[in-house]
Amino acid sequence: MGRIIAGIGTSHVPSIGDAYDRGKTESAAWKPLFYAYVPVREWLKALKPDIAIMVYNDHGADFFFDKYPTFAVGCADSYAIADEGFGTRPLPAIPGDLAFSQHLCRSLVYDEFDLTICQEMRVEHGFLVPMHLCFEHGESWPVASIPIAVNVLQHPLPTARRCYKLGQAIRRAVESYECDVRVAIIGTGGMSHQLTGKNFGQMHMDNDLDFLDRIESDPESLVDLTHQSLMEKFGVEGIELIMWLVMRGALSMNAKRIHRNYYAPMTTGMGLVTLEEAL
Amino acid sequence: MTTPQLSPGAKIADSDVFDLALSWRGFRINKMCNALSEPHHRDACKQDEEAFMSKFGLTEVEKSLVRSRDFSGLLESGGNVYFLIKLGVVTGNGLYYMGAKMRGESYERFLSTRTNAGAT
Repeated sequence: MGRIIAGIGTSHVPSIGDAYDRGKTESAAWKPLFYAYVPVREWLKALKPDIAIMVYNDHGADFFFDKYPTFAVGCADSYAIADEGFGTRPLPAIPGDLAFSQHLCRSLVYDEFDLTICQEMRVEHGFLVPMHLCFEHGESWPVASIPIAVNVLQHPLPTARRCYKLGQAIRRAVESYECDVRVAIIGTGGMSHQLTGKNFGQMHMDNDLDFLDRIESDPESLVDLTHQSLMEKFGVEGIELIMWLVMRGALSMNAKRIHRNYYAPMTTGMGLVTLEEAL
Repeated sequence: MTTPQLSPGAKIADSDVFDLALSWRGFRINKMCNALSEPHHRDACKQDEEAFMSKFGLTEVEKSLVRSRDFSGLLESGGNVYFLIKLGVVTGNGLYYMGAKMRGESYERFLSTRTNAGAT
């Protein structure tokens, strides 16, 4: 059977991707972010996941409001790099695991999650920034990935509890898979940010640090928060943090925290937490 | 209906929340911005912005907001910030320029309020 071996919560701020592409990872302003991921990559290398499930949101790279899915799951053998409006980033295409995706979709739909199933999906910074922060790559990636896109743009969004339950259903899907795959799940986005209005750039660092505590040891205290109270705590765009709850729902309460980082240089609290299951 | 998640018309940090009403209102603007994910549309927009706006059926009011790079006005008209960023890229107004404008500040003044403006 498959196993969830690790979970990661991480921001996916696009400027991280830009700094990465322009070789600024060693600069004084970016070091506090990039250095935090060096031990994460080593840890993942040792854990050897076969599959990374990436829970992210599309920011208008592959989905538009003509038809907008609440939850969309990739069900393909590879995923192209999207052009978000400033050219295609020089990254290798993302390998999928078709048989696992098909199992995941079957399991989730029969578990009453009515997904949009995508046999073509182009992935963007919400997916790619966590990918290159967590995994080394040359011409290819060391892990197969499954994109799961969540609507966090156009309200009504899925509730925080629905996201947490999706994570629990993902765990059931993984554990009912016939092959012995090792699965890491990454919940991306946030932390606090406000990108519209006269309070553009407002962050809530204390709330971010409190969220990092709670996602590790008391996720149940987060799942009944309404979108309004989450946005009051984390900003309109900080609502992305509900995607960390998908990750947390897939992990057990016995999972141990391994890494944690927080850096808020510009307009978004950039958070990181990693959790490892005791197997 | 279970627990309400968001009061209708609620403002967060003095800002609207992008919901179905705004999405419907801003559909033309967002559809035009969405097209800018493709290089040939970016070229077309740069070459003839007026024709590009007409092609996507923008109203005269919406066109004038685009002409004046009024991102706050575009947001009020239902533009979604992530789609407006694509228009920002094409017109040389990156996210932080857009943000400074929304705050009513110069770009330099906005950067001076940041913890580490080297991380742009």
